[in-house]
Amino acid sequence: MLIRIDPRSPEPLFEQVVFAVKAAVAKGTAKAGDRLPSVRELARDLAINPNTVVRAYEALERDGVVVRRQGAGCFVSDRGSDLAQGEKKKQLLDLMRRAATEAFHLGFTAEDVKKALGQGLDEVQFEGKRRQP
Amino acid sequence: MSAPVVEFAGVARWFGTQPVLQGLSFRVEPGQVYALLGRNGAGKTTALRILLGFLQPHAGRATVLGHDCTALPPAVRGRIGYVGEDHRLYPTMTVGDAVEFEAGTRPSFRRAFADQALQRCGLPADRRIPRLSRGQRAQLSLVLAVASNPELLVCDDPALGLDAVMRRELLDALIDLLADTGCAVLLSSHFLHDVERIADRVGILHDGALLVDATLDDVKRRVLRCAWSPRAGSSPPSGPHVLRTAPRRDGHDLTLLDAPPELFAQLRATGELTPPVPPSLEELFLDLAGPERPGILREPLDALAAPAGGGR
Repeated sequence: MLIRIDPRSPEPLFEQVVFAVKAAVAKGTAKAGDRLPSVRELARDLAINPNTVVRAYEALERDGVVVRRQGAGCFVSDRGSDLAQGEKKKQLLDLMRRAATEAFHLGFTAEDVKKALGQGLDEVQFEGKRRQP
Repeated sequence: MSAPVVEFAGVARWFGTQPVLQGLSFRVEPGQVYALLGRNGAGKTTALRILLGFLQPHAGRATVLGHDCTALPPAVRGRIGYVGEDHRLYPTMTVGDAVEFEAGTRPSFRRAFADQALQRCGLPADRRIPRLSRGQRAQLSLVLAVASNPELLVCDDPALGLDAVMRRELLDALIDLLADTGCAVLLSSHFLHDVERIADRVGILHDGALLVDATLDDVKRRVLRCAWSPRAGSSPPSGPHVLRTAPRRDGHDLTLLDAPPELFAQLRATGELTPPVPPSLEELFLDLAGPERPGILREPLDALAAPAGGGR
């Protein structure tokens, strides 16, 4: 699993690590059961504070993306988020709203947004790891 | 919340008639990496020297590991590792002698760790101290400080004068230490890109007190910079959300804190606005601590220090 971040990006480092892992799973480059790098390995690879990696892994565990096995490390989980269906739908809608709003302010049309979303969807393997809602 | 590893409360210190610290307050929590930033002469080294008990504060109180810094028992001193900018080591010793010496003076010294770390850095035990490069001396100092398993590591600009490769090696050594022990680190540095990678929290010291005391995540989330070119007749915004306005060609550079959507709407309505982006640490530093920055507002920045919406 390749995890890349940009320390100079405006996004907090731990969110970048979280997203990088989520992206790897969504694109199928990391499969259920794959072991994530250890905290020390990843901290050294990225030259960032191990605390940051720990926080990212905790967030990923909360989101149901990874599971931690005592002493063995973190693994890509084979099941989806534990959130209730209604809550998940709400989160999805929020995400879409935010994307639409930002796109509006960047000056794009609804057509542009649909096309871009299609492109994003193509990059993700929806039948990969996740249980379908 | 557990007790802080370091706590400064209103610490002041003069040198003669010149005030260097004027009410410095901050705390370092267990396991936290705190970066103390500031221009040359801002008081970073003075603060660290007070922490280590080398200097007395003239007002206020500084504590480390629960003890007053003016009366540190030797046993508490032994729980603090220190890496200075000059990497003082005995010139008659070899690398191995230095390890031997340190192992003999500190009961918690981990011999195996030190040997391994030195091997990783490629520092031969029989090399004499005067024949080490500046970078190797920095590495040796760090390894020696870390090997005694400190609860707090204090580094005063450890990377000063090192090239990019040596700085990265030093950073790697620090990352290993953190992964191994989770000790708290208080460091001062001028290398803001390195700080951006490693610090949990930053304090920007200016005129003897902190202008900013916030987690890096908070800085990225709450501070935004943009350029604004007003239409005729519009004056630059002011108020609690505007940290700084600086004139630029055709308008102003704005540094905003917790700016609400209405403020952006108003700016767009009265002029042209570039997309607001969080500043890099270097930009923030230059904005706030750079020369001729009359636009600094203390109050809202102090608000960054408050736990509201931040901290961990």
